[in-house]
Amino acid sequence: MTTLQTVFEKARADKRAALIGYLPAGFPTKDGAVAAATAMVEAGCDVIEIGLPYSDPLMDGPTIQDAVHRALLNGTRIADVLRTVEAVAKSGAAVLVMTYWNPIDRYGAERFARDLASAGGTGTITPDLTPEEAGPWREFSAAAGIDTVFLVAPSSPNERIKAVADCCTGFVYAASLMGVTGARASVSVAAEGLVKRSRAHTDLPVCVGLGVGTGAQAAEVAGYADGVIVGSAFIRRLLDAPDEASGLTAVRELASEMAAGVRS
Amino acid sequence: MTTAEGTLITAADLAGNGVAGDDPDARGRFGVFGGRFVPEALIPALDEVAKVYQEAKADVAFLREFDHLLRTYAGRPTTITEVRRFSEVAGGARVLLKREDLTHTGAHKINNVLGQALLTKRLGKTRVIAETGAGQHGVATATACALMGLECVIYMGEVDCERQALNVARMKLLGARVVPVGNGSRTLKDAINEAFRDWVTNVDNTHYLFGTVAGPHPFPEIVRDFARIIGVEARRQVLELTGRLPDAVTAAVGGGSNAIGIFHAFIGDEGVALHGYEAAGHGVESGRHALTLTEGSIGVLHGSRTYVLQDDEGQTIESHSISAGLDYPGVGPEHAWLKDSGRASYHGITDAEAMEAFSILARTEGIIPAIESAHALAGTMKLGRELGPEATILVNLSGRGDKDMGTAMKYFNL
Repeated sequence: MTTLQTVFEKARADKRAALIGYLPAGFPTKDGAVAAATAMVEAGCDVIEIGLPYSDPLMDGPTIQDAVHRALLNGTRIADVLRTVEAVAKSGAAVLVMTYWNPIDRYGAERFARDLASAGGTGTITPDLTPEEAGPWREFSAAAGIDTVFLVAPSSPNERIKAVADCCTGFVYAASLMGVTGARASVSVAAEGLVKRSRAHTDLPVCVGLGVGTGAQAAEVAGYADGVIVGSAFIRRLLDAPDEASGLTAVRELASEMAAGVRS
Repeated sequence: MTTAEGTLITAADLAGNGVAGDDPDARGRFGVFGGRFVPEALIPALDEVAKVYQEAKADVAFLREFDHLLRTYAGRPTTITEVRRFSEVAGGARVLLKREDLTHTGAHKINNVLGQALLTKRLGKTRVIAETGAGQHGVATATACALMGLECVIYMGEVDCERQALNVARMKLLGARVVPVGNGSRTLKDAINEAFRDWVTNVDNTHYLFGTVAGPHPFPEIVRDFARIIGVEARRQVLELTGRLPDAVTAAVGGGSNAIGIFHAFIGDEGVALHGYEAAGHGVESGRHALTLTEGSIGVLHGSRTYVLQDDEGQTIESHSISAGLDYPGVGPEHAWLKDSGRASYHGITDAEAMEAFSILARTEGIIPAIESAHALAGTMKLGRELGPEATILVNLSGRGDKDMGTAMKYFNL
């Protein structure tokens, strides 16, 4: 199993940022998600976030909402998410699960941490779990040997950044803007300042997500962050593709473009 | 009837009863329920709302302004009406209606929105967003925003826009922009998701005027406190009219704001039973209902730990009710706490039972209730038959039925 620590050490040695790609399990199909994520790894993604589809994704924009909705219509369940993690981990990338809290809560937090570790997952990103509510989850994750990644935002005052960073292992997720997920014409100017403020409170890598959709944007973010997180742009390629094969090609091309971006 | 005329709303009217577990703890928890499960980006805004609210609550000028609006604009205090002919179908029990239907805009929602609109100004924000199911909270919010010169955007599920077309027109007339929400179940829960998405994007100038006692802390506390006047008045009025406290207080429960509003002043009164009625829709067995407290399980929805209609993997199950205002798969965390502590009990009322009570109240008393409130009336009919003629039951008639005439015309073939 590749860990986040190895990923960031390697990227640092290469003097580049890490590339992190997001895709929900079950989208466009259960097998299609594995194929797309594997293509993303082959084309240069160091880390894959597998999204756990949830009925009420209140911090996601239309693109991810659409993908997640389709994944749920495909009958995607947590067992499928874990199978996806297992399959993608074989490609050599570090694999995280990104999920709203309720599915883990319902599944049983301790059980989920254990099952994710068994599937070869390296950790989770939980966007609606705040430090105040994260205590038990951090303990179960530590016991299972998986990382816990939480988010900071441009609105976060320094004391909140510190509280969140203290809960993180692996890396700190800096949300580049105030808003929902989705590619934007330009990366928010708030992102660089947030990364700087975060570094004052943590030695962990700080990765930037939300609104990154092109190789040029990836290059820009790689100039100040340890990792670049791309989600909606990959999904958009799959949604716009006339068939699965051309979707895979498009995803591979975008991953290559992003991989070149983080290396420029 | 003598009322609270001349009495200023006091800070005590907006506070708890001093009963253990009554007010949320520092994390916003009622027992194990409540809290905050939202993106970190919103935490500073929630902290700010909580802080400004605590300051406002202690500020006489704020209380005076709120009180003035409730009296001169909303039409408070609302009266209580004894319904003798209706009592015949309720086992002869003495039935008293708290007439929130007589407030401006026609439902109890006006209390919370006036309080929160004042809070919006105090927060220095110029734009208000809100979700709405039946449209009552949307209309009330649009009303308060018109009054106070605030920009107003209302999120409403497409399904609800259809069944409450009249309220959509009212909101537009009041100057609000109504955004139909076409994703998910296209009802209240999706309107809430969309409002949160707007809020996280525009939080700098925008207050999310949450419409019920659900959501992340401090909304359950703030909305309760602003709705609490219902029970504060009613408790005084019942004592004046009957010389004693009622045996039971009943209310419909969707998100739970009207129910908390009337229950809360009675929580410390051990002899007063509190009964909440959820929408059983087509019936428990049908799976098409909104029985969050009675059939749901503990989970997290819309930022709060509470009872939720969800499947074995935590996916929200779509609710159903003939009443848009009760058609919600979550419920306020304080109700979850009142249920688990045993202080209140919750029951289901089917669409058919509610519509029967709707029609009975119209024919026996000349009052057309909101279909939401008709659930409380149907529950009161059952409860009255259990308790008998010696009992006094106070019912929260949370809103009027004008908005439901389309549904009634179809249902009764009028």
